[in-house]
Amino acid sequence: MLEVHEKKIGFLEEMATRLREDVIKMVSGAGSGHIAGPLGMADIIAAFYFHILNHNHKKPDWPDRDRFVLSNGHTCPVLYAALARAGYFPLEELRTLRQINSRLQGHPHRVSLPGLETTSGPLGSGLSQAIGMALAAKLDRKKYRVYCMMSDAEHDEGNTWEAAMFAGKNKLNNLTAIVDRNNIQIDGFTENVMPLEPLRDKYESFNWHVVEINGHDFHDIISAVAEAHAIYEKPTVIIAHTIPGNGVDFMQYDYLWHSKSFKPGEREAALKELRTLGGKIRSEHE
Amino acid sequence: MLNQKVHLSEEIFAEDTPQKPTRDGYGEGLILAGEENQNVVALCADLTESTRVDAFAKKFPERFFECGVAEQNMATIAAGLGVSGKIPFISSFATFSPGRNWEQIRTTIAYNDSNVKIAGHHAGISVGPDGATHQATEDIAMMRALPNMKVIVPCDAIEARKATLAAARVWGPIYLRFAREKTPVMTTDLTPFVPGKAEIFWESKKPQVLIIGCGGLLYNALLAARELQKEKIGAMVLNSHTVKPLDEKKIVELARKCGAVVTVEEHQIAGGLGGAVAEVLAKHAPTPMEFIGLRDTYGESGPPAALIEKYGIGVKDIKAAVHRVLRRKK
Repeated sequence: MLEVHEKKIGFLEEMATRLREDVIKMVSGAGSGHIAGPLGMADIIAAFYFHILNHNHKKPDWPDRDRFVLSNGHTCPVLYAALARAGYFPLEELRTLRQINSRLQGHPHRVSLPGLETTSGPLGSGLSQAIGMALAAKLDRKKYRVYCMMSDAEHDEGNTWEAAMFAGKNKLNNLTAIVDRNNIQIDGFTENVMPLEPLRDKYESFNWHVVEINGHDFHDIISAVAEAHAIYEKPTVIIAHTIPGNGVDFMQYDYLWHSKSFKPGEREAALKELRTLGGKIRSEHE
Repeated sequence: MLNQKVHLSEEIFAEDTPQKPTRDGYGEGLILAGEENQNVVALCADLTESTRVDAFAKKFPERFFECGVAEQNMATIAAGLGVSGKIPFISSFATFSPGRNWEQIRTTIAYNDSNVKIAGHHAGISVGPDGATHQATEDIAMMRALPNMKVIVPCDAIEARKATLAAARVWGPIYLRFAREKTPVMTTDLTPFVPGKAEIFWESKKPQVLIIGCGGLLYNALLAARELQKEKIGAMVLNSHTVKPLDEKKIVELARKCGAVVTVEEHQIAGGLGGAVAEVLAKHAPTPMEFIGLRDTYGESGPPAALIEKYGIGVKDIKAAVHRVLRRKK
């Protein structure tokens, strides 16, 4: 059941903060990696891995598991953090991100690490792969659901729209896409680099059901997924409006933090802000 | 003379020897694979009739997915199916798949290790009137360079059928290459076909040159060997259907025995079967080599037979290459 109680919301908020801290530590430790996207997505990822998904960390290959496809593979630090905290592999392994011989590749490699459904990084192919999994479920008459997380900028890629067309044609109601609508990409704001608006209209014209939400509100996230479960005639896309770099005030709304090395002091400042919930409580980081 | 052990067609050198396009063999093999295993599924990019997937689509409609003219989507949907217990075959012209979708094949099929079989049709210049944009001449090079990708080029329609069935039965990404035109049926149902194992089709008593070929042009290699025999030049002809993994042991052994090699393929000289053979021989048994293939040029519109002559990959060109390489032999 997807209904959620206030106590669980509190748990999810705390988990999302932990994931944000994990991301800061992992990426600063690795010396490279992506930051703004993972920070913005932390609430969505927490909601999926700790409430929505029907999965089992002890059985990553469980045939009836829900599939979560990360199409914007560069944001993998937040996914790796969620998988570790959910028990798929030891938490200590997070510090091996991007190191040689690590299972935590810079962009996810499906066969390297339990819990990954795809290899991604090159943009635009996740939705298609999710479609393949959804088709397999229909062929096998299985009830698992397939979710595909995408960035907004990857909608520049033609492959994304080929997939959208196909899913609309085939009325794939067991497929739910989530777009991290954070308005940034490497060269700047999406609406300056390659405008996507009106994004909702585009998906609707491809025969998708569209829900727009605040991507930082757990009630919104969970009820949007519940709505998707109830839509029969179409696949659903959840356009989740998020703040890139959410949680750390000097990173928010800044496309330069898409991927940037940390200057001295920035790591500690970010962790302090997260740990003290923006100065509201005391923590070991003071 | 023909290698009796491989049971080649008795009419192989007849004027009216039976001819059939390798793509027909694919269509038949796909249905057999589908009957044998219900997890076999097929996808196509708006070319079901040309790629002979239409019969499978008719017989197993719920297991066929029409993608329209969208080869990248076709490959990546297949990637998702292939990690979900299905055995997807994707089909289009080789210039588009694996051409247009090469990166997706690399990332989501080969590197991702998804059990997808890629059928590239209309390979080579014998495609004919459509012209160079539809004649795949670099696809073997593109695919054999990918780790975790096998490459098989069947020599006729019967081998094509066997190769398709074999592809369904073994795990892993495989590229299968098919032609448009009907070509002589050299083999029979009894001819052995094992992926990775090259077969001797012709062996003279004292072979002076080893001719290694793949695909429909292997027939020209046999014709050349037969004519060379009359000139008292002995040859061996090896069907190297599996370009990757190459049957290195056999090729090195036979190259040492013959002392000279000519490779034959309907593909650029750069990076195809010839390149693969050269890599192995340079390392283990440096042997004078000649390459029959396209000489760094695109094809053009024209009748298939005329194109093969014009672009230097006909019987007389193979014979001329043999003469050239024999002059360089020590």
